Amino acid sequence: MSTVALTAPIPADVAGVHTRPRLGRLVTVELRKMLDTRAGFWLQIATVALAALVVIARLASGDAADHTFAAVLGDGLLPAAVLLPVAGILLVTSEWSQRTGMITFALVPVRSRVLVAKLAASVLLAVAMLLISAGIVAVGVLVASPGVDGTWSDAGTLLAQSAVYLTAGMVTGVAFGMVLLASAPAIVALFALPIAWTAVASLSFLTDAAPWLDTRLALAPMHEEVMSATQWAHAGTALALWMLLPLAIGAWRITRREVAA
Amino acid sequence: MIEADRITKQLGGRTIVSDVTFRCEPGTVTGFLGPNGAGKTTTMRMLVGLSVPDAGEARILGGRYRDLPNPGRRVGILLDASAQHAGRRGREALAVSARTMGVPVQRVDELLRLVGLDEAAARRRVGQYSLGMRQRLGFAHALLGDPEVLILDEPANGLDPEGMRWMRGLLRGFADRGGTVLLSSHLLTEVEAVADRMMIIGGGRVQAQGTRAELLADSGTVVEAADLAALDVALQGAGLTLHHLGGDRRLVEAQPEVVARAALDGGVVLQRLAPAEGAGLERLFFELTEPTGAPA
Repeated sequence: MSTVALTAPIPADVAGVHTRPRLGRLVTVELRKMLDTRAGFWLQIATVALAALVVIARLASGDAADHTFAAVLGDGLLPAAVLLPVAGILLVTSEWSQRTGMITFALVPVRSRVLVAKLAASVLLAVAMLLISAGIVAVGVLVASPGVDGTWSDAGTLLAQSAVYLTAGMVTGVAFGMVLLASAPAIVALFALPIAWTAVASLSFLTDAAPWLDTRLALAPMHEEVMSATQWAHAGTALALWMLLPLAIGAWRITRREVAA
Repeated sequence: MIEADRITKQLGGRTIVSDVTFRCEPGTVTGFLGPNGAGKTTTMRMLVGLSVPDAGEARILGGRYRDLPNPGRRVGILLDASAQHAGRRGREALAVSARTMGVPVQRVDELLRLVGLDEAAARRRVGQYSLGMRQRLGFAHALLGDPEVLILDEPANGLDPEGMRWMRGLLRGFADRGGTVLLSSHLLTEVEAVADRMMIIGGGRVQAQGTRAELLADSGTVVEAADLAALDVALQGAGLTLHHLGGDRRLVEAQPEVVARAALDGGVVLQRLAPAEGAGLERLFFELTEPTGAPA
């Protein structure tokens, strides 16, 4: 241990001293932070491994003629649909539970830039997971039941809709994390609230409103069929309630709140 | 340059920091002293924008911290060595910040070497670090952006004596090259050896500040005796004002000769009799740290 190294530091890029870190750089940092911790790393590995297991199990059972890309895609995406929102929650809540927010927000004091970077990183991870999961489904379908009629029908549209599906789920996770700023309550709320809501919405006087406000009903067709305009409207209103509203509340909260005392 | 201009902060209806004003100049080390809960951490958090003052203004390098375009390259911060993700490896924790502030990644290894974290330690997850190792990682983090200003909250916590000496040398060198250092501690001995200026905070208010020489100029006499009760009686009988210090010592507001005469008149055997020098500072600090212990 000596102070010699300090007197002759590696010449840093002096130009960077007076310029804001670019948003693109902050996005790569947030992506890295989702993958470089023990929990974050294994969460992604588990997502991919589960996708492979689910697809294999699905293809091993039932009639080969039913194993079209469209039919298997929903199962292949299930692990990502469940676990990506958790990664989204942890991306935000770990700044508080692990208290790294003191570093993050000291290095980037304009907190809205951190939030934008986190959202962008979430979208990128969701798209990457879509490509991996859909890739597993495609390989599985090719190997297990080649030459089935209509194997690839609507594949392009379903992929695009699934991108919306996974991305919306992930961003909803980020939003829940932003509102609650604590991992366990956010994860419980994310999974329990929609179930509770489905139960409430089954009450007779709410049945007309249910398709518009229940994300589970509204988002399910995204990976199953080519959606109609009405279905898109259902998805839009449900996401406004469950994704955009928490996002707005969370952003308001984080930009004003004292960081981790 | 660090400036606090009458900053005040209330949290949960309680005033944590009240009307605090100070200035840290380039080339100096300022020791920020006070018992736990005195408002040191809250003050430092306000300096770097993690907390917003209810009144007053904090400025760093001439402006608000949050207006610095890339603050990590100008201000090095260590507010809590444990505020690192437990599941991230030590080297990775530095690499993430290096990437954020645009510092070449080689500097990470340079600083790990500087603070004495070897390859094996750098590969371990921060959750397995001892407090001393976290503190060293925190130093590396604070120095990562090659800053002009250092703000360190209780950096000596968890350091062994050798680490403490190393830290003092590092901060001295940093200030001698024109850097500005503000470091806090709840222990006088940790900072008095390195600080050019000291500032004592208690109950959210600055109780004393000045150069070491100014604060040490307090006159008086320190005495020790086996029979403390008899000593107190003798000194009070002679009409002298006395204060309790740590370690069963008394600080008397009088010249040594006067004190010796009072002890002689009272028939008390003295074990120590010396000019106060730094004892006035120590007394102030002692009273702040243990408000019930000193019937001054």
